[in-house]
Amino acid sequence: MGEFDLDSPWRLNPQVALRPESFGALAYHFGTRRLSFLKSRALLAVVERLDAAPDASSACRAAGVSEEQLPSYRRALATLAGSEMIVPREVA
Amino acid sequence: MAAVAGAAPVGTLVDQFELGLEAPICLTWELTYACNLACVHCLSSSGRRDPNELSTAECKAVIDELQRMQVFYVNIGGGEPTVRKDFWELLDYATAHSVGVKFSTNGSRITPEIADRLAASDYVDVQISIDGATAEVNDAVRGLGSYATAIGALENLHAAGFENPKISVVVTRHNAGQLDDFKAIADRYGAQLRITRLRPSGRGADVWDDLHPTAEQQRQLYEWLLARGEDILTGDSFFHLSAYGESLPGLNLCGAGRVVCLIDPVGDVYACPFAIHEEFLAGNVREPRGFTGVWRESDLFTELRSPQSGGACESCGHFDSCRGGCMAAKFFTGLPLDGPDPECVLGHGEQLLAARDETPIPMPSVDHSRLRPPSRSCDEDPLAEFWQRAGG
Repeated sequence: MGEFDLDSPWRLNPQVALRPESFGALAYHFGTRRLSFLKSRALLAVVERLDAAPDASSACRAAGVSEEQLPSYRRALATLAGSEMIVPREVA
Repeated sequence: MAAVAGAAPVGTLVDQFELGLEAPICLTWELTYACNLACVHCLSSSGRRDPNELSTAECKAVIDELQRMQVFYVNIGGGEPTVRKDFWELLDYATAHSVGVKFSTNGSRITPEIADRLAASDYVDVQISIDGATAEVNDAVRGLGSYATAIGALENLHAAGFENPKISVVVTRHNAGQLDDFKAIADRYGAQLRITRLRPSGRGADVWDDLHPTAEQQRQLYEWLLARGEDILTGDSFFHLSAYGESLPGLNLCGAGRVVCLIDPVGDVYACPFAIHEEFLAGNVREPRGFTGVWRESDLFTELRSPQSGGACESCGHFDSCRGGCMAAKFFTGLPLDGPDPECVLGHGEQLLAARDETPIPMPSVDHSRLRPPSRSCDEDPLAEFWQRAGG
């Protein structure tokens, strides 16, 4: 965990499926067979926007995350990166 | 499992889960009641195939539904699921439809060829059952030769390069002292150890008094699990032990009808795999509303998701950690559902068990046990033989 590069492009790991739930979402990694819980709908919105956004901070902004909230989302994204739920995206 | 925050969570996850989810997190699907073993503690009283078993087409329709509901994976069991002729076809169908499969087996069909095939898929996980770290302890419960069969399956999986299969152990009075030995077996085959609780369900009700761990063994099991953390899987089955102090890893709640359920071989949907009784029957996948409708709208599941009374346990200081324990364990030992678990670590369950009156204990409403265990094929009941042939 720790550092997470908000200025780089990220994507949902293709091996991961997301299932929206009232509290947020479940994320399941078919490779590691690990389940994670996204504890808010806002975090789900960020993760869903990663693929189309030029970088993670743009995805956060597009999902309505304010500057003050950014550090908490950065920590959440770092956790998701640590379990390979999200992975760096190669830019062509 | 890991929880990832990210601003203002809506209550705790456990609170959310108690209210139910759009789809189960963990779904057990028993494909057949047919089994080539006759384990004394079988939770589903398996043995003979049920003539009303879901057909291949009906199973595929259930898989389609699971895909639509985004059920990420199913735990397939039985009976012995691999005795179904269409087992491998259904396995391929599920994984091709984004439904991962973990299946439980006694290992009798895990040949080197099958092991190679399983090793090639990312979406299939295999769980081999053993209930003793030695043949002597295992075979007393699972039948003569079953230890060698299970170890043979693990060898085949290991040789095929199958990564991280599971070894599934039900803790009994006779194997509770073998936990380190089980771990050593798992390490030898690159497997992960899964330890679960003996429930008085199915034929387990007949042997529970003699086989369930003693209070002292429970305490040692708790310490052992606590020291090993997430390295050991438990299917969350020991949450009643959290009343000793620290919580064990996992959700620590009864997930029946909230995050888990069971689909049985004839399509009946029960609140949990340990509760095959009409009291916990929510519906059937053959109904027009399908599995989705049963999961989301059935009266039983709606009731299980409403706030539950802790009854006699509510005033106990440990209620928040153990939450009254396992519903099925209480039901099949004849204890009230809103009271303590029969294995309550404070001993409240034991007192109640001792004070039970002559009220009959509920019996499983479904029983597919063979009339007697087959020793030679010609000893078999002719009807059982027919079912076996029909089941593969």
